[in-house]
Amino acid sequence: MKRIYVNEQWCLGCHLCEYECAYANSGIADMVRALKGKKIYPRVHVEDCGEIHFAVNCRHCNEAVCAESCISGALSKGEDGIVRIDGNKCVGCLTCVLVCPYGAVMPSPDGHAAMKCALCTDNFAGEPNCVKHCPNGAIVYETRANGL
Amino acid sequence: MRERAKYVIIGNSIAAVAAIEGIRSKDKDGAITVIGEERYPAYGRPLISYYLLGATDRAHMNYRPADFYEKNGVALKTGVRAEKIDPAKKTVSLSDGGGVAYEKLLIATGSRPFEPPMEGIASVKERFRFMTMDDALALEKALSPEKRVLIVGAGLIGLKCLEGILHRVKSVAVVDLAGRILPSILDETGAGIVQRRLEEKGAEFYLSDSVTRFNGNTAHLKSGREIEFNILVTAVGVRPNIELVKEAGGKVARWICADECGRTSVPDVYAAGDCAESFDIASGTERVLALLPNANFQGRCAGINMAGGRAELKNAVAFNAIGFFGTHVFTAGAYDGECYTERSGNTYKALFFKDDRLKGFILIDLPERAGIYTMLLRESIPLSSVNFGELKHSPGWNALPSEMRRARFSREV
Repeated sequence: MKRIYVNEQWCLGCHLCEYECAYANSGIADMVRALKGKKIYPRVHVEDCGEIHFAVNCRHCNEAVCAESCISGALSKGEDGIVRIDGNKCVGCLTCVLVCPYGAVMPSPDGHAAMKCALCTDNFAGEPNCVKHCPNGAIVYETRANGL
Repeated sequence: MRERAKYVIIGNSIAAVAAIEGIRSKDKDGAITVIGEERYPAYGRPLISYYLLGATDRAHMNYRPADFYEKNGVALKTGVRAEKIDPAKKTVSLSDGGGVAYEKLLIATGSRPFEPPMEGIASVKERFRFMTMDDALALEKALSPEKRVLIVGAGLIGLKCLEGILHRVKSVAVVDLAGRILPSILDETGAGIVQRRLEEKGAEFYLSDSVTRFNGNTAHLKSGREIEFNILVTAVGVRPNIELVKEAGGKVARWICADECGRTSVPDVYAAGDCAESFDIASGTERVLALLPNANFQGRCAGINMAGGRAELKNAVAFNAIGFFGTHVFTAGAYDGECYTERSGNTYKALFFKDDRLKGFILIDLPERAGIYTMLLRESIPLSSVNFGELKHSPGWNALPSEMRRARFSREV
């Protein structure tokens, strides 16, 4: 399946993807209204390591330990390979946050559930907004079974 | 003539569901029969406290979609108990007089509440346990705003029950023999933080104490104190359901002995979930890790092996996320070796490390990216290979070896 990858040699560490992610998932069409003056809750997270920067979001693992660990069955890996959270089933225990090796599942701002990247299939962007707006083409959306 | 199925699963909770998924990943067609004592399709047992709290409802508690059993070709028998296994004939006798023959059998019978003899307990009219959906529904019927509740046991079950019912009754008191709450997962500092949080919400604790005698609505404690109550919930501990395997001559300890593939000592009989042992990599010992994720891992592993595939569970370790009134408590592993702590307000971090490995941790209200610590533990990553000085403060992939990062981030995982 197509997934999001980050070419760390191209990542500028600009954190724009975090804003684009928060915007796409805000449900608010006006970007200024969605973001200005607000604390953002992105599902992608840019890490800095000296000169190296890289964005981390859900890897949609083949064996998704978050879904295997979920106490309510709210997390599942669909036939399309996307790992999703059913917000109506999630009770916010955060077992998925405790177990995700990438730190890519996070508490949602309301505190009642967990949230994660669903490749923008769950919002108005329709395609990964972090990829679309990465200014240096560092974040890509493609199929790689065994790496580059 | 008895029924027969290629795969028979006794128990219908998390390990059973994961086993069905494991079997079906290898064998799309072999008949599967599941024997469940409860009257329901599998549901997340830990959700019963969230149900009473109002954070979920019956319609959302099923662990899998409504068509799960049908879609996976599973014959589900609910409300029936497996009474006996005949390992020579490879049959299971059922409480309804029927039976079913198996090629591969999974014991996923879970555990039951342990109730030590308590003097005068028969004089208590409204007495409950807190393990199953039916337990929660029975307790719910008894709840009302003028009633006082006594919970015996300040462990995970007792305190989740407390959280679920506190707003629906007049008061809740908790008694435990241990000197701190949640003694199986928290140290003194962590337990203190959570206890204060619960006390702020109105809970009362009687620790290092025990009930010596019940007399109707009065509990007489060892300390000499007396607690008046209407409703009693006992949550002292659990015991694995091992009898089927024990009576069939299989190897048992306090649990069903099973190897890393889930095989018991009885040919073609597997065990998974809260009835079965795991090899805990944090303590280096065999024990039951009675936690939902582990039941899933074990069940899936057993299912794959039952269907002729190969799987081994080599990284079993306790980890638990539990919340109380918005306070999130993450714990994992064994609290052994050197300890690094951070304390700020009501957040608390304790990392335990030994022999170049993270052995365990406690994180209170520090959920951010905690899974990176869990990975260090589950994958036994040498701390000398990471920037532990950085990781101690803030879990991130920037403190992990660059080769590991590139390997994991550049391909499917």
